[in-house]
Amino acid sequence: MILGRKADAPTTRGPVDSRGYRVFRVVNAVVLTGVVIVTLYPFLTIVARSLSDEAYIIAGKVTLVPRGFDVTAYKLVMSDAMFWTNYRNTVVYTVVATIISIVLTTCYAYVLSKPQLKGRGLLVGIALFTMFFSGGLIPNYVLVTSLGMKNTIWAVVIPNAISVFNLLVMKAFFESLPTELEEAAAVDGLNTYGILLRIVLPLSKAIIATMVLFYAVSFWNSWFSAFLYFDRQDLLPVTVYLRNLIAGATSAESAAADADKVQAAATFQAVTIVLTTLPILAVYPFVQRYFVRGVMLGAVKG
Amino acid sequence: MTSETLRPPPAPPPAPAATVAPAPRSRRHRRTWRQALRRDWQLYSLAVLPLLFFLIFRYLPMIGNVIAFRRFKPGGSIFGEYWVGLRYFRMFFTDPTFWEVFTNTLVLGALTLLFCFPLPIVLALLLNEVRARRFKRFVQSVSYLPHFLSIVIVAAMVMQLTSVDGTANQLVRLVGGDPVAFLQQPEWFRTIYVSSEVWQTVGWGTILYLAALTTIDEDLYEAARIDGANRLRQTWHVTLPGIRPTMVTLLILNIGSFMAVGFEKILLLYNPLTYPTADVISTYLFRMGFQSSNFSYAAAIGLFEAVIGLILVLSANLISRRTVGTSLW
Repeated sequence: MILGRKADAPTTRGPVDSRGYRVFRVVNAVVLTGVVIVTLYPFLTIVARSLSDEAYIIAGKVTLVPRGFDVTAYKLVMSDAMFWTNYRNTVVYTVVATIISIVLTTCYAYVLSKPQLKGRGLLVGIALFTMFFSGGLIPNYVLVTSLGMKNTIWAVVIPNAISVFNLLVMKAFFESLPTELEEAAAVDGLNTYGILLRIVLPLSKAIIATMVLFYAVSFWNSWFSAFLYFDRQDLLPVTVYLRNLIAGATSAESAAADADKVQAAATFQAVTIVLTTLPILAVYPFVQRYFVRGVMLGAVKG
Repeated sequence: MTSETLRPPPAPPPAPAATVAPAPRSRRHRRTWRQALRRDWQLYSLAVLPLLFFLIFRYLPMIGNVIAFRRFKPGGSIFGEYWVGLRYFRMFFTDPTFWEVFTNTLVLGALTLLFCFPLPIVLALLLNEVRARRFKRFVQSVSYLPHFLSIVIVAAMVMQLTSVDGTANQLVRLVGGDPVAFLQQPEWFRTIYVSSEVWQTVGWGTILYLAALTTIDEDLYEAARIDGANRLRQTWHVTLPGIRPTMVTLLILNIGSFMAVGFEKILLLYNPLTYPTADVISTYLFRMGFQSSNFSYAAAIGLFEAVIGLILVLSANLISRRTVGTSLW
């Protein structure tokens, strides 16, 4: 690939670069700019489509600039009561699921971080094994339905409560805390719950914030559980709203039959994509660092 | 959500096998279960709810896989009605569709591995050569972005871009071709699937490599330079060995998810026209289970898939431990 172009001249890593390396750096900058463009183009073109007049889209004339500026589709989607109901569901599910997940993950990670604890290896193993082997879709479905969770919020918030990856990240963090503080607190007569609540958690604000983000994003984006376990439209999260919108355009018969309807759906899809992505885009610049930090923590082998 | 139950979790039998080799450890750490429970019951109590979660929602479904060997009636027992032995396994081993989806799974899995595993390494190496801090940070931030999108949004974007009036066909028109309905053509599905996968995962995949790159000792580069190595040879002899453990770990994890190729994304993107290349084991069992209500048959397929996945990850781990000395455990 490009790397081959710098093979010719010996170089220094210092301030003086060989000509070959200078050429490489220019090429590299171009390639990375290309990566940025390829990553962003889909977003931009969909924003443009969402603001364009139907006729221009069908003619294949919309690229990065909206043509025949038109916000009718926005008005239509935003006046759909179901859209907002589903949006609210997404928020509710995300908040409830994140709280449950954080509590369970924190408790378990704290227990696993105690090296002296008898049976710790077994407790770690119980969690780790599930990373590599799972019961599978069908038994899970049978279980959730027989527990009577169908069409209830529990179907989407409980079965995926603990992510083993997040558990390991948190465990690594707790292990990195100095033990002296906890020992001192124990001497002062605090019991385990007191130590966790008053000593450990106040020191763990950063990791808890990171975990909240990890869980919140994954629940915000999830759709399959809801798609599987909810029959009622007013229970769906907004991801499934979008899914149902695009499913109309995927089935072969509709593509063959009614081109107009599919086309009309194109603008709606674009608008719905924009509206569902906006919250993520809005918070992304502010929270991105925490994600990176969290992954770094997870890289420390637990 | 505090646990009122002060009862410790069901204590497993005190098998010393689960603990680390007992030989050189001081007697202090080798308590009996009774002493451990008396001393640490509060800690154990914190583990009760998470353990219940794992047992009910992770291990019970594993046991629930017995319905692959038993006749299952919806609404009946979750463990099926009566034994039928290997009937369902024989059924799918003689089912031509199964072998078709099995092949598709292998092809898509292999393509995903081929592109989604090495490309983040390449991108991380390229980013590593950038000196302009702000530019580097900007490229990184942008490349992470797709990772945060829901699969549904990505699928919807793919549909928009590959539609008859979308970006892909605008390019086709530019070079004077006729518009193609990409998502209706089996021969295009793999390309679309893999490129959207790359688009969504490559940036995020660079994080761990960039972290590993910062830990490489600068003196090694110095030494390589004195030995007359140019930039490319420095990359080859210093940088790549420096990130090898990270590469191996991620490769093992990738191989572990080999069989479970993007089930959700395929479910959203495929249609009967593209089944010949798009239908994979997981989507096939989804249809078998939920459209044909063949739960036992679908469970048998799922069990087969999960076992293969487990074997893959175990063997990848073993091989890498024997050859490069890096392993997950």
